[in-house]
Amino acid sequence: MSKIRTQLMLCGGTACHSRGTSAVRETLEKELDRRGLAEEIQLIETGCNGFCAVGPVMLVQPDEIFYQKLKPKHIPHLVEEHFLKGRPVEKLFYAESASKETIPNMENIPFFAHQMLWAMRNKGLIDPEVIDDYIARDGYFAAAKALQEMTPEQIIREMRISQIRGRGGAGFPTGLKWDFARRSPGDVKYVLCNADEGDPGAFMDRSILEADPHAVLEGMIIAARAISAHQGYIYCRTEYPLAIRRLNIAITQAKEYGLLGKDILGTGFDFDIEIYEGAGAFVCGEETALMRSIEGKRGMPRPRPPFPALRGLWEKPTILNNVETLANVPQIMLNGGDWYASVGTETSKGTKVFALSGDVRNIGLVEVPMGISLRTIIFDIGGGIPKKKKFKAVQLGGPSGGCIPEQHLDIPVDYEAIAKVGAIMGSGGMIVMDETTCMVDMARFFMDFVQDESCGKCTPCREGTRRLLDILKRICDGKGRPEDIEDMKELSHVIKESALCGLGQTGPNPVLSTLRYFEDEYEAHIYEKRCPAKRCVALLKFEIDPDICTKCGLCSKVCPTEAVTWKKKTVARIDKEKCIKCLSCFGKCKFGAIF
Amino acid sequence: MAKLSIQDLKKIKEDAAKDMVIRGGKGNIKIIVHMGTCGIAAGAREVMATLMEEMNEANRQDIRVVAAGCTGMCSSEPNVTVEVEGEEPIVYQQMDRNRMRQVFKRHVLKGEVQTDFALARG
Repeated sequence: MSKIRTQLMLCGGTACHSRGTSAVRETLEKELDRRGLAEEIQLIETGCNGFCAVGPVMLVQPDEIFYQKLKPKHIPHLVEEHFLKGRPVEKLFYAESASKETIPNMENIPFFAHQMLWAMRNKGLIDPEVIDDYIARDGYFAAAKALQEMTPEQIIREMRISQIRGRGGAGFPTGLKWDFARRSPGDVKYVLCNADEGDPGAFMDRSILEADPHAVLEGMIIAARAISAHQGYIYCRTEYPLAIRRLNIAITQAKEYGLLGKDILGTGFDFDIEIYEGAGAFVCGEETALMRSIEGKRGMPRPRPPFPALRGLWEKPTILNNVETLANVPQIMLNGGDWYASVGTETSKGTKVFALSGDVRNIGLVEVPMGISLRTIIFDIGGGIPKKKKFKAVQLGGPSGGCIPEQHLDIPVDYEAIAKVGAIMGSGGMIVMDETTCMVDMARFFMDFVQDESCGKCTPCREGTRRLLDILKRICDGKGRPEDIEDMKELSHVIKESALCGLGQTGPNPVLSTLRYFEDEYEAHIYEKRCPAKRCVALLKFEIDPDICTKCGLCSKVCPTEAVTWKKKTVARIDKEKCIKCLSCFGKCKFGAIF
Repeated sequence: MAKLSIQDLKKIKEDAAKDMVIRGGKGNIKIIVHMGTCGIAAGAREVMATLMEEMNEANRQDIRVVAAGCTGMCSSEPNVTVEVEGEEPIVYQQMDRNRMRQVFKRHVLKGEVQTDFALARG
């Protein structure tokens, strides 16, 4: 054991970095040095801790004290009090938002208490840029086992027993996919890792790559052994610079140790990995488009079959797995398929990582066992909806997914159960929406995204999503027509039936799923020219309801154009000639008197 | 760097795991150095440094060193509390380098409470 008595695990994920981890780190180093503690106290920058909402966060070990929202100005006090004098600083603890009660230990914070860390087992525990840290946590022992003790058939058998399904969204059984590729004839095969995470609000893969890049590399080595491939590619979007940097470091270190390259661990097995940076086109997350992109062509899907397991990259048998799926593989090899299958529901086993965002208190990354209810994730782990607003719906699965309203919140996290209520498990983006969200506007946002990202190869997707967007825009502008709802339904079904790839086939889902649960909002927009959530500016009248107005006058004070007139003890008035619809008064009125 | 064999991998794991103990798992012996302003003024930093040297030498994975605040008896500082799982914690008073070494070698490693400079139980 070294002289170190305390380790400071400072979160260095992208979210915490954007909130100032670098500055905190610098100040910490300076202060520790100034106090002569640099030898006793070690500062380690880890990957994403998951609790992004309160970042930058730091866990002090072995005390297990969790500090949040750190700023450089806090550091001198913190170093003197806690690290020198041993008195934890309470004002930097996490505080329960309802009771204001502070919780010093990480394991007692509700956000962490309900989680089950398998794919993210090393998050916040290791320095992702130090391979020895990963090895200390059993890293590369699964690869050693797979290469030395197991045949490809045995590896695939374990994968099939585990019943793990693809975590990228579609949920295809991974073991089966590998089996197809193994059986495909050919000497040259490829293992690909899909790190082209593109759904709005999704950041699971990025966080895993930033926190534990070696787990993904190890998963790929095992996959390569299972199908006898000798070359792998990680397709990662270029917008993830930190993930790419850490992957590059990890690959270099693994090569130095001979864990990648020729004759891995002296077993005679060769496998190498390269990173391919994608330019951020959403469609390149689709498997056939992704492969074309690696080949150097324009990223467009092609019809399947033939499936990639038969003819994939450069027409050779290929498997493509999501980051999260691969991060689970080493654990399945070490602990066995039965262990993995012991958690979850009948058809969905193991754990799932979700990126919780939107109108929820504890924004961040959570890993939960399959079968847990959505309500537990949003209200217990997520801490519920802030600002005393009411829950309206949760959007799962990005643009291809759908939204789930309050009445279905008790369904378990399970591929089939989620599909039954009109959404998809997806890659794990979970966007919570409160009552101030307009569902028509939300559908418009996602349709804008799909339309923008459509590659243009097939007509239904290229033209159809464009027309859907036009109709949605018109409805939001208050020019909706009575036939719009039926037209959208018909058009959506045509697109679903005829589009070439997954992006197009699921493209109309935002419209269909909002229509399924919130058709009344569409009707209010179209027939009454009214936006119930008061989000669509074109539908706001900018008038003040005298019954609700408390005559406080705040609206008139914020108005930049003096359009709001108010005298003491009178209801304010808005002069529509002067009003520029900036919504300032709207945001200020606590009572919702402006409509 | 030469290529690893599986034995090398195990070796790296063992070495690296030593540094990782602090981050996970629980120790069954906890040594608390009370480092309030009074403690530091009376020499707690030296005591801590000595303790860390001893820890380094002993190479034990189950001992945790924790800094804590003043216990309230500033006149008896530097104080060190030794908590062995299943036993009553012992507070030592007026510690210095030599006393720290003695407490570590005798009490922590061998289980003999050093009553000479023990202040109290708990």
